[in-house]
Amino acid sequence: MRRFLTILIGLAAVLAAAGWVLSAPSRLPAAATEGVTGDAAAGERIFLAGGCASCHAAADAEGAERRVLAGGAPLETDFGTFVAPNISPDPEHGIGDWSFAEFADAMLRGVSPEGRHYYPAFPYTSYTKMEMQDVADLWAFLRTLPEADAESAPSEVAFPYSLRRGIGLWKRLYLRDDFVMAHAGTEALERGRYLVEALAHCGECHTPRDRFGGPDTARWLAGAPNPSGEGRIPDITPAALGWSASDIAWYLESGFTPDYDSAGGSMADVVTNLAALEAADREAIAAYLLALE
Amino acid sequence: MNLKAKILTAAAALSLVAPAAMAQDDFEAQLKARQGQFRIMALNLGVLGGMAQGKIDYDAERAQTAADTLVAVTEIDQSLHWPEGSDSFAMNGTRAEPSIWDDNADFLAKWEDLGAAAREMQAVAGDGRQAVGAALQNVGGTCKACHDAHRTPDS
Repeated sequence: MRRFLTILIGLAAVLAAAGWVLSAPSRLPAAATEGVTGDAAAGERIFLAGGCASCHAAADAEGAERRVLAGGAPLETDFGTFVAPNISPDPEHGIGDWSFAEFADAMLRGVSPEGRHYYPAFPYTSYTKMEMQDVADLWAFLRTLPEADAESAPSEVAFPYSLRRGIGLWKRLYLRDDFVMAHAGTEALERGRYLVEALAHCGECHTPRDRFGGPDTARWLAGAPNPSGEGRIPDITPAALGWSASDIAWYLESGFTPDYDSAGGSMADVVTNLAALEAADREAIAAYLLALE
Repeated sequence: MNLKAKILTAAAALSLVAPAAMAQDDFEAQLKARQGQFRIMALNLGVLGGMAQGKIDYDAERAQTAADTLVAVTEIDQSLHWPEGSDSFAMNGTRAEPSIWDDNADFLAKWEDLGAAAREMQAVAGDGRQAVGAALQNVGGTCKACHDAHRTPDS
């Protein structure tokens, strides 16, 4: 009996140690960010495609206010209420005192400068597929934006999701840098894939989540309950959508559907952002969506 | 439970529900009126958008008629269309958020923004495809701004 107990305790200790190691936040190697210099002008395009302002600017911000990233509206989910923090260049309340390496850890690994896991409400599950140069350009652009001294509101997360180490295990399941569309045969498809799967993080809302809150890639972009409450985020696979390439590109530019209803809700912000990109980017997104199975 | 008890229980349950059901006006006429005006705008925006996209040949007269109609709709008095209690929380068949009534000044300001954008369209509709396209982006912007704030997502 005593022997059995010893083995049991030993086993529990090994499991706990393994869990601790497996759930540890993992930063990028130092070499990954060394010598990469960002271009702020190029970063504006990344900022727009990434839709940073949709969550990090005030909820009703319009025009120039969308560049004040003081923190945004709460996102209510099954796991808790998340509030996008102040990411303006204010050194105290924002991210002005971060290094580029710390910013890259946040974007690509979901790890804070203090070495804690971020909740995946911050869509690093998509951003992890970003090119390092784009991360650097975005960083350079963010540093040109106005400082805001608003205190970031804390997220309210229920047990057991409040145990941040659990996110470490979650990341082992869902933080992947390979694309869902394995083969992108043309340059436009490749660009569309990068926009949809990485920068614009379309799958975060349009793909349903499994029981652990990870994207169910078998039902990629097939529609999901609205994370912010009522209604559903639509299925945008080709058969369900039934739109042509020019319909999709026009919608992303003008906000008008083929029957001239107009975008609303969170998608209104997305269209405002994507409308400011080059036409080729919107056409690439359309090409990608139509190439989905 | 015997039959009498069942009837009594059912009656008691019904008495809880019935007053609410009776008090609720379905506002069918108002919903048809206000949704109809958006459909008129959609039809006319379709003409202007089709020309901007190059899917329909540009025709100055047709563009002007569509723009004039758009302006006309924005000038319709709205006071009868939005009775208190005809919001998406209180009833089915509408996506009108309660914020329309809770923050009515913002709703009215956004409706006026649409009017202003429609009048800009009216002023340039005869100036060619590109002018229509640019004006349409502004009109679309006012649609989005209001749908973002005051319309619930499609279900």
